Amino acid sequence: MNQKQTWTVIFVVAAALLTIRSFTGPGMAKVYVEDTRVSLKQSGEKEVDGVMKPVYEAVAPGTDGAIEWTAQSQVPPRVYYAAEAADPSQTAIHLSASRTIGVWVAALLTLFIFSFLYRDNPFYKFAEATIVGVSAAYWMVVGFWDTLMPKLFGSLVPAIVTANFMPGLEGKSDYWILVPAALGIMLLCRLNRGLAAVSVIPLAFIVGTTSGLKFVSYVESDLLAQTASTMKSLLVAAPAIGDQPSTGFSMELSIKQALLFIGVVSGLVYFFFSVEHKGVVGKTARVGVWYLMITFGAAFGFTVMGRIALFAARCEFLFDDWLWLIDPTQNRVVVETAVASVNALVGAMASSPWMPALSALGC
Amino acid sequence: MSRQLAIIVTLVAGVLMVVSGFIKPTEGWGEDVAEWFNILAAIAFVLGAANIAKVHLSKISARDAGWGFSAITLLAFAVTFAVGIMKVGVNPMPAFPNVAMSGEKDAGGSAFWWVYTYVMSPITATMFSLLAFYVASAAFRAFRAKNTEATLLLVAAFVVLLGRTFAGVVLTGWIPADSDWAFLRFENLSTTIFEVFASAGNRAIIIGIALGVAATSLKIILGIDRSYMGSGD
Amino acid sequence: MSFIDRLDAIDRRWIFAMMACAVAIPIIVIGMTGVRFPEVPGPTSTAAFEAIEALPDGAKVLFSFDFDPASAGELQPMANAFMRHLGQKKAKVYCQTLWAPAPPLIEDTLKKCLLARNPDLVYGVDYLNLGYQAGNEGVMKVITTDYKQSFPTDAKGTRTSEIPMMQGIENTSSFDLIVVVSAGYPGSKEWVQYVVSPTLGKERPIQLVAGVTGVSAPQLVPYFPVQMKGMLAAIKGAAEYEFMVNEVIEAANPGRPLPPAFMEAQRRMAPQLFGHLLMVGLIIVGNTIFFLKRRQSRRGGTMGAAA
Repeated sequence: MNQKQTWTVIFVVAAALLTIRSFTGPGMAKVYVEDTRVSLKQSGEKEVDGVMKPVYEAVAPGTDGAIEWTAQSQVPPRVYYAAEAADPSQTAIHLSASRTIGVWVAALLTLFIFSFLYRDNPFYKFAEATIVGVSAAYWMVVGFWDTLMPKLFGSLVPAIVTANFMPGLEGKSDYWILVPAALGIMLLCRLNRGLAAVSVIPLAFIVGTTSGLKFVSYVESDLLAQTASTMKSLLVAAPAIGDQPSTGFSMELSIKQALLFIGVVSGLVYFFFSVEHKGVVGKTARVGVWYLMITFGAAFGFTVMGRIALFAARCEFLFDDWLWLIDPTQNRVVVETAVASVNALVGAMASSPWMPALSALGC
Repeated sequence: MSRQLAIIVTLVAGVLMVVSGFIKPTEGWGEDVAEWFNILAAIAFVLGAANIAKVHLSKISARDAGWGFSAITLLAFAVTFAVGIMKVGVNPMPAFPNVAMSGEKDAGGSAFWWVYTYVMSPITATMFSLLAFYVASAAFRAFRAKNTEATLLLVAAFVVLLGRTFAGVVLTGWIPADSDWAFLRFENLSTTIFEVFASAGNRAIIIGIALGVAATSLKIILGIDRSYMGSGD
Repeated sequence: MSFIDRLDAIDRRWIFAMMACAVAIPIIVIGMTGVRFPEVPGPTSTAAFEAIEALPDGAKVLFSFDFDPASAGELQPMANAFMRHLGQKKAKVYCQTLWAPAPPLIEDTLKKCLLARNPDLVYGVDYLNLGYQAGNEGVMKVITTDYKQSFPTDAKGTRTSEIPMMQGIENTSSFDLIVVVSAGYPGSKEWVQYVVSPTLGKERPIQLVAGVTGVSAPQLVPYFPVQMKGMLAAIKGAAEYEFMVNEVIEAANPGRPLPPAFMEAQRRMAPQLFGHLLMVGLIIVGNTIFFLKRRQSRRGGTMGAAA
């Protein structure tokens, strides 16, 4: 069997299993939402920053002159089941097509990325190309609405911003904002080869500001405070137990403090390359290397832990949100398991009209 | 000319950020400069996105290898950007129902939220989780106790891997928790490695980096290091 | 080709398959049975728990969600447990983020972990979502002197000066505690550098507890306990803290069972266990092969020299 045939078989089997899973028991990957009708009508006016602005109050849906829309909130399937059981004709809680499709899209994209573990393939490349575009646009949109709109445009053209986009913003002109605006335009000149030289000015501003910020914080936090945390008495007092005050020193804590001190000093000696690592310096540096190796070993262990946790979370998504094989959060009341699905499938087959025919054929 | 101006801008911005941390009357200036910096950071997002669009457009127009995927990138970019900027599917804020675009851009159920929840989140989360597999393969092939240093690294990793799960409790649970030998229990050894050895090693690294950052920052502020301007200096 | 050689040249996809099984099977088993392993809280998690436990009722807590969905598998359980603990302590929670992809995570956490158990809480009075601001450490620099300048509005577009909870908030020193759940840059390290460290040695130094990823935990442990009062390190830290928080909440609410959703970190320790055991097994097998082959090659070398 060549590779193409292998893949075809895998896809056909997976599609068949998914189809069976979709139509057995309560199905899979369904998302339910609850509709709430929001209806608001102007009840008066109040003065904000010298301007009269309308005040709204909630009214019954269908009231004349009210502004209305439907808000949707996601609910667990068990809420839908309960609502259906109480009133089968209810429509307030219903299946959300967009969100259900969304779960399928998320599941397929997850599998596309995992397919890279076998080898590079067009499905992986598709997901990769998608995330590059989506991420770039996402950051741009967030930066626009959360920072540029309130801070830049909100100070440059406050009337337009408060009237159309952010009515809660304090509409106040600030002409100093022209400085970052000009720097921003110069930064965007980087896109044009002919004007790129101008972009060195905002770049210089960014680099200068970052350098100033980092200089102070690194010296204060990582040089002075960390040195102070190391230069402590090697005799550590025993911790107080309940109301009993501390008596004497703790051997365990003192040894730990001494080990910490030795580790920091020897590590720093190892990083001191202006002196040849020979004699006492060489031996101290070697101790420093041992400490660093233990540090890297611990870092490896923690990294493994982190990555496995991320993979576990993806598995939970596939098994719980998509396939409905497990229900650890009890979102669906009845714990729908793979076993239950198979039982349901067997039951469905047994009651199907073509079962007698199959029996007659000896199947 | 622009290079000289850039050096002056770097000097003024850098010195102001340093000074504002120590001299009270200059605190406000530092605050303003930092706020301009924050606005520039948001404009940099626009620059980054525009740059990506430019690169992929040129790939498509030149029909480079894999230009189809560049088209997918651009399509994903355009759709996400459009639904986010226009707040598609976003209801107004209840306090301002008369302002149609007053709602949150990523309100639950909106198109931008949909892209975030069902496209961006699963792809990024799965990409990160792939490393669980590669780290396992690397552990099998490259993690060898070839010498003392490598053995120390390996033993530390072993203790952390076992001590941070229930396996550690099972393997050394027979050592009484209140005995003098309790420190040998995997969970305690793991804690000691983390809080003493890893802390000491990382502290040495942190102090070293702090000295490096301070020196580099000073060189940049004083115009000695101009590498950020590109070639020529 | 000997067995050792074949094992050494094993296709990496078999290792991938083993890892997939080591993690996926326990998830299905735990998902069906609900079995969990007991947790023994470590010092850094206990310190984080005690820092929040020591808060008075109505304490003002700034909660920064500095992570994205890519790290949510590891960090979301921490954020959830922190939020539930703060809710139990009746703290005033001010949520913000310096990561653009985090705002929907804030909304989700507030809804599931704060409002689900405390539906009477009022937005703007008991809790607040200030959303995202670009600028990383630039934002930190500004909020240490003037919080409202960096966050002129909340996530809903209401100006911060009009929100009841924001009355009396001048800068980061106005908060009784800062909780940071972070995945990288900007994150806990920057909070320590730009916000906490300048207040060390002052009359009222800023208190900070953090939840961090496994990758960044070893780099941040030197800040504990002076610059960082407590730290949840990786999913194990999340499980330990979640265990302590659940105990407190169950004791305070007798007869009100905790939803299983609030045990996600403890649940994840099962796949973690088998994943770690596989890693240990792979390292042992890999080294055994290495030593066996080295012995073989030395023997071969000696024989070759003798010949």
